Formats: sequence, C-alpha cells, structure tokens
Amino acid sequence: MKIAVVRFPGSNCDQDALWALRSDVGVAAEYVWHEATSLSGFDGVFLPGGFSYGDYLRCGAMAARAPLMSAVRDLAERGHPVIGACNGFQVLCEAGLLEGALLLNHSQKFVCRDVRLRPETQKGLWMESQSQVLRLPIAHGEGRYIADRENLSRLNGEGRVAFRYVDSAGDATEDANPNGSVENIAGIVNEAGNVLGLMPHPERATNARIGGTDGLVLLRAFSAMKV
Amino acid sequence: MPLVRVVVTLKPSLLDSAGRTVSDSLVKLGFDEVEGVRIGKVIELHVTQADPSRLQAMCDKLLANPVIEDYQIEVVD
Repeated sequence: MKIAVVRFPGSNCDQDALWALRSDVGVAAEYVWHEATSLSGFDGVFLPGGFSYGDYLRCGAMAARAPLMSAVRDLAERGHPVIGACNGFQVLCEAGLLEGALLLNHSQKFVCRDVRLRPETQKGLWMESQSQVLRLPIAHGEGRYIADRENLSRLNGEGRVAFRYVDSAGDATEDANPNGSVENIAGIVNEAGNVLGLMPHPERATNARIGGTDGLVLLRAFSAMKV
Repeated sequence: MPLVRVVVTLKPSLLDSAGRTVSDSLVKLGFDEVEGVRIGKVIELHVTQADPSRLQAMCDKLLANPVIEDYQIEVVD
C-alpha cells in the first residue's frame, strides 16, 4: 500500500498528512505535485487541507481542475481509496466525485476546535471499523455542507452520510453543529464507499502527544483497504 | 476586444451568511428599508471573441458551481 499525498499550491496540511501516514499509521506515503498526470504505483490518495490556489473563485475550484485530478478520478473509479479532508473535501465536491458543496460557515467565523463525530454508516471500507464517536479537530471558514433535497435524500437513503457533528450525549443538535451544515453532516462517502470527504482533520489526531488518536481509526482503515 | 461581464450569485434557496450580516449592518446604520442583501461576484473577461456557447462553457466548467450558484452573462462591448 502506497498513498499519494497530493500537493496543490496553497496546501498546508500535506506535511501533517504525510507524517501521520508514515510515522503513526506506518504506511508508505509520498508527495505528488498537482501537475503530475499519473498516479502509477500508488494505491490510494490523500487530498490534504489548506487553501489550494488561495481559495480563489471558490474553495477547491481550481484544484479540482488540476491535471492530476484525472488520475485521481481514474483511481477512484477503479475502487481505490481516496480521502479528502477539509480543503480536500471541498476539492472532491468541486470535482464532482462527491455531491454537494461547502459554503461559508453560518457564523462567518473561522472555527478551530475539536468536534465529536458520530459514524452514520457501515458503507464502504472506511466506515466498517467505525462504531464509536470520534473526537477530531476542525479548522475551516467554509465548511457548511449543503446538498439539494434530491441529493440529500439519496445520501440518507443509500447510507452515505459518513459522520454527523454531535454533542457529548451523541445527539446531532444545533449547538453541536460548528458551521451550519445541513443535518449536521460532517462527511460523506461516494456510492461505492471508497471515496470519503470530511471537514475534520484525521491527520491531526494520530498521536496522543498532539491531542488525540481518533484519527488513527480512519487512517488505519485507509491503509488496510484492499482493492 | 470584447468585454464580457459574468455575474455569479448564490442560488436563492441558499442562505447567504455574508449577505445577511451586511443586511443587519445596514439596518444598524439606519437604513431600515433594507430587508435583504445577497452578495455575488462580478467576473470581467477580456476575450478576442464573445461566442455565447463558449462563454456558457466557461461558466459551466469553472466560473460558477451549478450546485450552489446561478450566473448571468453580459457582453458589455
């Protein structure tokens, strides 16, 4: 298993992702520049957080159209695991690999804190190992997930909502929703279950010394995925 | 050289958080006739030819996100 950590101009969680994967998960990982056209030799993709292309036009808009994204799409269609965290989630939505979009937080504030995430599905290899509420950090200004009514009922009906923001009792309340996302949605998976997008940062929670290890659960599932 | 102006706005069904805050601020400044504000983007394109189908393709492929935005194209001159 070898994972490509994609770097766009403006990515800033690429180093965290690479080191979390290498040191804490123990899987091979290499940077791949967004202008590359091939992902030959890679088994999975990590689209990191940051401000790709300075968030110009819309978050993730230009990154979603970068040359490497054709190869990412191809790998995803062949069932390989692709995870997009924060800006990576925005890129997946802009690229049409996941439904919906991320808008300015309801509060209009950049929100940087830990959140609780309740796994909502067992769909896909990502989610099979998820049974308990995870505590992961978020850090974003534009994380309000929206989807139209049709897509929302599809996501719910097909069990494709990966995580919802919840309170300490495990309930998806308005107070537990850090950005105004519809139905407290924090992450979703594609139809096949091999593409996961989420606003929280699993790569920032892989070591007790930096505040938590709940991200390991997700990233271990990532590295253990057989295609 | 033709100048094309593209106006991109958030779909009416979506809450415009920034617009709402600006609206509140205008009311606080005494402009109590303001009942709503929507904020969009203006993109000016300098092109060698203003072919409507190509301009529409630019909007569909990059300039607007059809999931959340509407757009209007105006060829200025």
